[in-house]
Amino acid sequence: MELKSTREAYGDALLKLGDDDNSVVVLDADLSVSTQTNKFAKKYPERFFNVGCAEQNLIGVAAGLAIAGKTSFASTYAIFSTRAWEQIRNTVAHDNLNVKIAVSHAGLTNGPDGASHQSLEDIALMRIIPNMTVIVPSDAIEAEKAVVSEASRAGPAYIRLNRVETPIIFEENYNFVHGKAVLLNDGADLAIISTGTMVYEALEAAKMLRRENVDACVLNIHTLKPIDKKVIIKIAKETGAIVTVEEHSIYGGLGGAVAEILAEKYPVPMRIIGVNDEFGESGEYQELLKKHGLTAMNIFKSVKELLEIKNHEIPRD
Amino acid sequence: MHSQGASKLEDISMMNIGAIKRLDDKARKIRKQVINMIYVAGSGHPGGSLSCVDVLTTLYFHTMNHKPLEPEWTGRDRFILSKGHAAPALYAILAEAGYFPVKKLPSLRKMGSMLQGHPDSKVPGVEVSSGSLGQGLSIASGIAMAGKLDKKNYSVYTLLGDGECDEGQVWEAAMLASHYKLDNLTAIVDRNGLQIDGLTEKIMCLEPIAGKWRAFGWHVIEIDGNKSVEIIEALDEAKEIRGKPTAIIAHTFKGKGISFMEWINAFHGRALSKEEMEIALQELS
Repeated sequence: MELKSTREAYGDALLKLGDDDNSVVVLDADLSVSTQTNKFAKKYPERFFNVGCAEQNLIGVAAGLAIAGKTSFASTYAIFSTRAWEQIRNTVAHDNLNVKIAVSHAGLTNGPDGASHQSLEDIALMRIIPNMTVIVPSDAIEAEKAVVSEASRAGPAYIRLNRVETPIIFEENYNFVHGKAVLLNDGADLAIISTGTMVYEALEAAKMLRRENVDACVLNIHTLKPIDKKVIIKIAKETGAIVTVEEHSIYGGLGGAVAEILAEKYPVPMRIIGVNDEFGESGEYQELLKKHGLTAMNIFKSVKELLEIKNHEIPRD
Repeated sequence: MHSQGASKLEDISMMNIGAIKRLDDKARKIRKQVINMIYVAGSGHPGGSLSCVDVLTTLYFHTMNHKPLEPEWTGRDRFILSKGHAAPALYAILAEAGYFPVKKLPSLRKMGSMLQGHPDSKVPGVEVSSGSLGQGLSIASGIAMAGKLDKKNYSVYTLLGDGECDEGQVWEAAMLASHYKLDNLTAIVDRNGLQIDGLTEKIMCLEPIAGKWRAFGWHVIEIDGNKSVEIIEALDEAKEIRGKPTAIIAHTFKGKGISFMEWINAFHGRALSKEEMEIALQELS
């Protein structure tokens, strides 16, 4: 199984963009090795700006460069970008500026650094801002394509990347389309809607379910906003039960977005898998995933519970 | 006319006499607009709008290269109003310069108007929306960096409030601008000495404010920010400085121009009554 981190893919994508488009500038807040912007910095030093560890300024300077016609990529850890949330809201998003906030070490992927360096609330924080696009790639190939695609689209975007190496899901010729959900597995019994690192776990869970004659549809939502409402409603109608799974709080992320849509348009029994209302802690990434139930096995269990409700119409409490 | 043999210094002062009279007349006109706009709106920030009128007037009617009928002209000097609550002053200036009709000014803060309570980039001539304090210097720095990168010779100006300098982001940007040697950037601090809750020195001591900017690597000029001649000279000096950005500490009076408003903090964020408005307009006539 081939492994690559989405941050590494981001660094590679920036190099390509740097070659193709001299309006691309990259900013970092003293984390350029970790975010992989150092590759761009080495090749295009005149278009790379390190602002030091100053995230509010990072966003403001990126905004100024965008106002002057540049496509700004601003990078830091996911959690530290939320420190500049108000700058992102009031300047970048309000004025619809061409600033791409590409952040690494999202979710629990910064395991041993502990709660202060993990980011479990960022999707919710970014999703709520008007004009903002939120992208959570599921593998390195999707990450690279998403970064290139977002560079060519005007307006702000939040691109959520990971520290750890994760399995490659897509082929090289994969075509990323902004705002379009990707159907990865067909199935009529129930749908697993997933994003980011959890897409792979969802596919593994679907394999386990197949052994028990359960056909689970697996959907990859790489664009959390604008989210593909049409496909989500269609899948709800076709399967009648939905499990969402994300490496993020159970509040306000993918589960929240899907529930917002279905509650109004087509309510079906649903389970939201994510990190419960709590902080992370130090630990190896895989240990943390296991603790918080972000595994194929836990998805498998949740699906089976949900199928009970769907098939036997157990009254919901 | 001055004689052929006049020194350079006299040359400047001769030129300035006419220019200064025009600027002062213009500033008086802007102050009237500000008083009227905030009166009609029924809310707004008259104190801090009036304190910076002379700086804005000098920038827009003397120093800056700009084309009001072509707001997106790429060669323009850029201005960012970081202390966004002085929006009425900026709007009055832009209208007076011809960016949009003066008759739009009374729509300030009204539903559906482009003249939002704080600057909005929908308004021709407004480079970026502002209002949340502490952010303009970062944005101005980004524009200045793009100017350097593109080898354009426009200048970038930003006006900060003194109370605004409490914001940590101001100093993040101050550090960056000197690190990147942004000599195409000038920050003007409207040093009116008051912030919402009272005297800046009582709420959060700023002094030595000039020393702080100097320590951050800036060329610092202190002036009477309500005197156009001093503003002209400081802005001219800023243009000549190479290798570092310039900070102009403009000592001003909040409510400048209206006897009962000067140095009175009650007028930070409240509109004038009808009677106050009438007296104010009379004083400006």
